[in-house]
Amino acid sequence: MELKMILFLVLFPFVSAFFLSLTKNNSLRKAITYTSSVAVIGVSVMLALSYFSGGQKVLSFMVHTHEIDMLMLAVEAFLMALVVVLSFKYKKYYVALLSVAQTALMFWYELFKEPESELTHIYVDNLTIIMVLIIGIVGTLITVYAAGYMTDYSKHHTDVKDRRCFFFAMLYVFIGAMFGLVLSSNLIWIYFFWEITSVVSFLLIGYTRKPDAISNCFKALWMNLLGGLGFAIAIVYLGLVFGVTDLNELLKMNGHGVVLPVILIAFAALVKSAQLPFSSWLLGAMVAPTPSSALLHSATMVKAGVYMLLRLGPLMSGTYAGAMVSYIGGITFLAASMLAISVSDGKKVLAYSTISNLGLITACAGVGYEETIWSGILLVIFHAVSKSLLFQTVGAIENATGSRDIESMHGLVKRYPLLAWTLVIGIAGMYLAPFGMLLSKWAALKAFVDSGSIILVILICFGSATTLFYWTKWLGCVLSSTHRSRHRIDRTHKGEWLSLFSHTALMIVLCFAAPFISQTVLMPYIQGVYGYTNEVLSHDNIVIMIIMLVIFFIVPLVMFRISKKSKLKKADRYINGVNCGDQQSFVDSMGEPKTLYLSNWYLEDYFGEKKVGVPSVVITVILTVVPILIAMGGAVK
Amino acid sequence: MSDSLKMIISAIVYIIAAPLAGGLLAGIDRKITARMQGRQGPPLLQPFYDIKKLISKETVVVNKFEMVYLVTFLVFIILTGCLFFSGCDLLLIFFSLTTANIFLILSATSGNSPYAHMGAQREMMQMLAYEPMVLLTAVGFYLSTGSFKVNEIAKSTAPLPILFLPGVFVGFCFILTIKLRKHPFDLSTSHHAHQEMVKGITTEFSGQMFAIFEIAHWYETVFLMAFMGLFFINGKPHSVIIALIAIAVTYFVEILVDNTNARLKWQQMFRNSWIVTMVIGTVNVFLIDVIVKGVL
Repeated sequence: MELKMILFLVLFPFVSAFFLSLTKNNSLRKAITYTSSVAVIGVSVMLALSYFSGGQKVLSFMVHTHEIDMLMLAVEAFLMALVVVLSFKYKKYYVALLSVAQTALMFWYELFKEPESELTHIYVDNLTIIMVLIIGIVGTLITVYAAGYMTDYSKHHTDVKDRRCFFFAMLYVFIGAMFGLVLSSNLIWIYFFWEITSVVSFLLIGYTRKPDAISNCFKALWMNLLGGLGFAIAIVYLGLVFGVTDLNELLKMNGHGVVLPVILIAFAALVKSAQLPFSSWLLGAMVAPTPSSALLHSATMVKAGVYMLLRLGPLMSGTYAGAMVSYIGGITFLAASMLAISVSDGKKVLAYSTISNLGLITACAGVGYEETIWSGILLVIFHAVSKSLLFQTVGAIENATGSRDIESMHGLVKRYPLLAWTLVIGIAGMYLAPFGMLLSKWAALKAFVDSGSIILVILICFGSATTLFYWTKWLGCVLSSTHRSRHRIDRTHKGEWLSLFSHTALMIVLCFAAPFISQTVLMPYIQGVYGYTNEVLSHDNIVIMIIMLVIFFIVPLVMFRISKKSKLKKADRYINGVNCGDQQSFVDSMGEPKTLYLSNWYLEDYFGEKKVGVPSVVITVILTVVPILIAMGGAVK
Repeated sequence: MSDSLKMIISAIVYIIAAPLAGGLLAGIDRKITARMQGRQGPPLLQPFYDIKKLISKETVVVNKFEMVYLVTFLVFIILTGCLFFSGCDLLLIFFSLTTANIFLILSATSGNSPYAHMGAQREMMQMLAYEPMVLLTAVGFYLSTGSFKVNEIAKSTAPLPILFLPGVFVGFCFILTIKLRKHPFDLSTSHHAHQEMVKGITTEFSGQMFAIFEIAHWYETVFLMAFMGLFFINGKPHSVIIALIAIAVTYFVEILVDNTNARLKWQQMFRNSWIVTMVIGTVNVFLIDVIVKGVL
């Protein structure tokens, strides 16, 4: 029964994608996305329920898969051909080279060298179930949102050729590939789905086919293919030297013996999760329509990277592969959160914040202690939901106001109250006590001290401060109100609202449910991996968190009721000149009215791309290259 | 059960006693400041008279949200102190303090008033400046006593935390000036309305609202001074006396600094705080990590 559900999850999105690619009619397209979404969510939840009602027994299926393997090879050949054709078309020959190199390597290994094994190819444990739920729920809700969003998008962007059939098909291919990735335990299968996500994200980023889209999508492609090449080399090396191409077999080995393959897979994962020095591809991905950004940033793509790292965490712990991963993660956390201060484009802030949060997860994985893996997984869950919510809200705001700049969001709470409040919930979820992200950051900080990684602790301390700055700035801007800002009619589609409300509800429920999730899902997983657990959240602290959460929701609501009733007298703002009465202008010393404009601080002199971006890239390049070279040297000996 | 009862009682005691102690501290502050400046100074209870007057005034707001955020700010500040005095986790306490401050900023920016807005931006700058040191201090306590929980730190059998954390203590004193809104770092608002920012973040607070802000500041001062005392406390009874003396000295030094320094620019505040944190704070934390590992 479970196998059927798993096969459904992996294959059904491809079927939906096929039908969507043929559907030109907008309402039919909506119907297909809605039904596919309901089906996928339903089956993912059913799989989770049947897994938990079965007592969380690890499931594994499919031993003999020769035909499927051959089919995969065929698809890989097709992907390679696609990349080669496109890279010749746009004269990016080096990309073709990367693609050919790794595909040829995999062909050679699989056709001539792969030994017969009696291991299963599909594997389900608690972490898999968490990922399945994230991909199923968050991922497909984004497609529901996209159904409404893209209608407006094609109206606003008449200069872009309408390729919505292709766009929706790609979204579903992506979801299918992600399911495949997290449900496989065979590294060759994981690699196969890994490559699909690389190519599909490339196609999505290039959606508009404008010059910047083209250059950005090729940037994403070459970086991810470079990572993929590392992955391929790691698989072949593991297969030839150790005869192991199964993830679970790999995890049973001694971390110090397999540093080279682990470091190469970790390298691929670092690229995929947009860690420095490879963060620029994710920033470039902004040029694509918002639903694809939401998908790349929350449920898929970057999460594939950190998923791999969290799996490898116990193996990396204490080796210099782990040190490399954790320091790159820590530096990325700090640098990206500084850079997020210096930009005013809403989507760019979100992109930097994604990179920064993934850095924290990466650092957790690299340290590889049971507490850090615990907080890493919790971060993945919360980040997926709140980041997806934020991207979708910013997309809806852009469709409504024509701008996604933070500065243009002054007084949003008056103009578009519902959108503003969903944005606020999303932002609060990202950094405020007592919401989930903070809970996991707190646990991570504790665990870093325990593991003796003082440098990481310091990076986290500074990074928390910079994170505070950019979110608070945005929050204050959205929640300010001017007399001039009037209520506007919100034209956001019903489908978009459906997704936004579901996300908001999910966010709030998750906050209250975090201790429960920790107890029933995470702790057994940690127990399974390490054989022991430590109490990460003490009972007292859970109680306090719940109290804070209640205060957070109750006090403002009650106060709002009271202040609405009490009808306090309203005053003019103090402008240090005679207020003209509209709260926006004052009479200057020459007797002329002057309009004032309030802007936020971006501190480019301190945290701009030049000050922070360049040095952090240099440091992380060194941190990437040196350990890989050392590992190669060690392997040669 | 008795433990949670104790926690609740200490929280209640804090809620009632802190504003009294805080107001008294403010009164002492004004008295000492006046003497330093060669003035007679107001009566000791003047801050209470001020609050009484503020509450009796009519409150005008710039919009309906301002009050909502400000009261939430007060509640979170009170919660911070309650968590501290009932012996909770230090990180949780500081997170609660941060959340409180964010509500203060929201209250100031909600009206779109230029001076309040500028004050709020500076307040954010201040948070950016002191937050790393605050978190590092919590880490320092954890490394030297083995716990983040205030009641366990206070009962620890190890030597006084200050012996392990002299650098962290100095670093925290540095940012304490920012938190107490004293010269040279009273950038987002000051006690006097003759600065370039008018009253900064509090410009649009009048009557009861300003009273709320002042009371929150008293609560915060009491919490912060008690936290300074934590550096000087361990399980031994006489350490309480040392802690009280240390608190008094620290508070006096803060007043002295307040009266002998001119305000700095926010750039200087930011740069200096981070440098102090980087140099003194992190070196201290590194060293204790080494010492603790060496002992084990």
